[in-house]
Amino acid sequence: MAHADPTGWKRWVYSTNHKDIGVMYLWFAFIAGMIGFTMSGLIRAELAQPGVTVLPAIFNMTEDQARHMFNVLTTGHGLIMVFFMVMPALIGGFGNYFVPLMIGAPDMAFPRMNNISFWLMPPAFILLLLSTFVEGNPGAAGFGGGWTAYAPLSTSGHTGPSMDLAIFSLHVAGASSIMGAINYITTIFNMRAPGMTIHKMPLFAWSVLITAFLLVLSLPVLAGAITMLLTDRNFGTTFFDPAGGGDPILYQHLFWFFGHPEVYIMILPAFGIVSHIISTFSKKPIFGYLGMAYAMAAIGFIGFVVWAHHMYTVGLDVDTKAYFVAATMVIAVPTGVKIFSWIATMWGGSIRFTVPMLYAIAFILLFTVGGVTGVVLSNAGADIVLHDTYYVVAHFHYVLSLGAVFAIFAGMYYWMGKMSGKQYPEFLAQIQFWFTFIGVNMIFFPQHFLGLQGMPRRYVDYTDAHAYWNKISSYGYMVTLVGVLLFIVVMAVTLSRKKTVADNQWGEGATTLEWTLSSPPPFHQFNELPRIK
Amino acid sequence: MNVKRLIAGAFVALTVFFGFAATVSAQERVGQPKDGGLWLIESANEQAAKVSEFNEALLILITVITVFVFALMFWVMFRYREKANPTPSKTSHNTFIEFVWTVVPIGILVGIGFWSIPLLYYQDVVPETEFAIRVTGNQWNWTYNYPDHDGIEFTSVVVDDATHADPAKRQAAEKSLSDFLGRPAHFNARLLDTDNRLVVPVDTKIKVLLTASDVIHAWTVPSFGVKLDAVPGRLNETWFEVDEVGTYYGQCSELCGKDHAYMPIAVEVVSKEEFARWVEQAKAEYADAGTVAFGR
Repeated sequence: MAHADPTGWKRWVYSTNHKDIGVMYLWFAFIAGMIGFTMSGLIRAELAQPGVTVLPAIFNMTEDQARHMFNVLTTGHGLIMVFFMVMPALIGGFGNYFVPLMIGAPDMAFPRMNNISFWLMPPAFILLLLSTFVEGNPGAAGFGGGWTAYAPLSTSGHTGPSMDLAIFSLHVAGASSIMGAINYITTIFNMRAPGMTIHKMPLFAWSVLITAFLLVLSLPVLAGAITMLLTDRNFGTTFFDPAGGGDPILYQHLFWFFGHPEVYIMILPAFGIVSHIISTFSKKPIFGYLGMAYAMAAIGFIGFVVWAHHMYTVGLDVDTKAYFVAATMVIAVPTGVKIFSWIATMWGGSIRFTVPMLYAIAFILLFTVGGVTGVVLSNAGADIVLHDTYYVVAHFHYVLSLGAVFAIFAGMYYWMGKMSGKQYPEFLAQIQFWFTFIGVNMIFFPQHFLGLQGMPRRYVDYTDAHAYWNKISSYGYMVTLVGVLLFIVVMAVTLSRKKTVADNQWGEGATTLEWTLSSPPPFHQFNELPRIK
Repeated sequence: MNVKRLIAGAFVALTVFFGFAATVSAQERVGQPKDGGLWLIESANEQAAKVSEFNEALLILITVITVFVFALMFWVMFRYREKANPTPSKTSHNTFIEFVWTVVPIGILVGIGFWSIPLLYYQDVVPETEFAIRVTGNQWNWTYNYPDHDGIEFTSVVVDDATHADPAKRQAAEKSLSDFLGRPAHFNARLLDTDNRLVVPVDTKIKVLLTASDVIHAWTVPSFGVKLDAVPGRLNETWFEVDEVGTYYGQCSELCGKDHAYMPIAVEVVSKEEFARWVEQAKAEYADAGTVAFGR
């Protein structure tokens, strides 16, 4: 060790330590998540009853302003949850903290780049928050064109500087993610402990490796697309403007070539975490390890060739749609392999129902629900009535809000003892789980019915016939709110406790290298590399 | 679906049999969502019926799969809980079972494909149609144009809440709509009704040509099984044929800005004779208005 442990603000701001950076990512994701969750609360409050009443009352604005405000909220909620909550938590947070530990490395390959990867995120987030306060449309603040920012609504449709700030925000966040991804690929390829071949590597490290490749390949396409938006908006180019020979659909192709891999970027690390938890609490090695690893690789690969299934109604040629139907359905195969392998891991095991295990099991069940509605939506013939309705909203919240976010909760409970040395209160955490589980299902299951009944997404107001299920959905938010507040209480209680957690608190089922270290791990670990037999 | 259509058909037959068809407009079909509804909006034509049938088959299939996974999970959770099974097995491979859970889903998906792909081609390939209408999406209303009927053109705007709530205003707006249609008409639902309705004949294949004048919109009528984006600078085409006279509703389905939720689609499906009469009436007032963003 060449230098002493830094202390005070320098420890964090100058940090090149993967564990400290991981912790900062988790805090960042927590703060962004609270803001994104508050936005969804405003959305659900407005949609609790027909008519536009809640937003005008809260923000003291006219109904006209509230209609725009609602779009700003849905846009902000989407962007924040994707770029500033799920990705920083799963990839930046758990990835940074546990990938080096799991592969037996002392740190990440490029510690200083790791520092800048993290420190680009707060400015990116501030840019996005700023964009909601400056003019989007004449006389209305914020960009309300959806997280997809389709042209021309994002070019000629929003003339104010708000969209430009949002574009910069994504540029900065994208640069951060690309650097992070380069770091993971280099670390995992070059810094595995002696004897740890790629086929012995823990599945979470596998999932982060595949995710990193998806990031490196897809984010530059997003960067290109939004740069074209920027020049269309400010410098007179017409990439997406038919008046100058451009095409709005080109933007959608570029966006979804990034956007579809992006959804796997959010879910693959979740797969990795769930695999470890299921294996640990079943006291069994993961079933079909190689199948699990290559299923993720297959999902990552196929994820790049299915993007236009988000565009079935834009007027694509019928043969093109037929291809995307077939390609999209193929994803169900490796996903099915994962679901069945998890159940097979539990089969014959000796299962302990701790809170992380409850979250992991809920993840598998709810991901199955979100997965099968995905199979319905993959069929262009059925999608014609479901596209852009609440059925789609229900589908992607089942795989992300009840999938990726449940994996974040599971990871927090699973690794909290390892990261802090402090044990979470089991009973309170169980209550937290049940509130969250019941709440989110109550929010999102009725949205399937709304979608089938034709309620389009991104609607500030709906016809009275959609009132019943919207009301139930908003009640569900209140139940979830209790769950989220309880989560804060549980974490606060945990952090106020003494450090009592043993090196391997979960016992014989926890076999990865992080459990060979103290809890919390030493500031620098593996000064002598572990040898894997 | 067939059962529902059968019941609906029987209902209509009974209504006619008992001679309750005194006030025509009150008895006609209204294609709109129902509060607390669980399924797709009732179809008004073969296209939507086919989607509905397909969706119901898929629903049965995914329910079976989900129940299977849940049952398996709950059984495993019960049978292999720590108390019941203190010593875990060490099994981590079984080539046969891994083969099965790879191949069986492939088989199911191929099966779905044999239904899905022909349905897609049926929807997407526009058949020989009798006439076309041009639909232009604007922020935030729809312009309809009948190029085969001397370019009748008018714009359809949402009936706002104030009009719905005030009986006098509402009556005046319904009167104006009735004058436009040349037959008595009334409003059915807040945020679904428009000042003018698209008028089309029953049992007629109609081509829809779609574009937009500013940002992307999507023209949707769930009970027709039709949804297609209106994209500036592009001309998308689709088609529909409606089996039953009535009023059918849809809503813009692509985020288009502040009033995205306030540009519904209302379609009045009338008998062929009625349509011919309406065309003559509308020509006098709306023919060749020449204001459409997309030129003729």
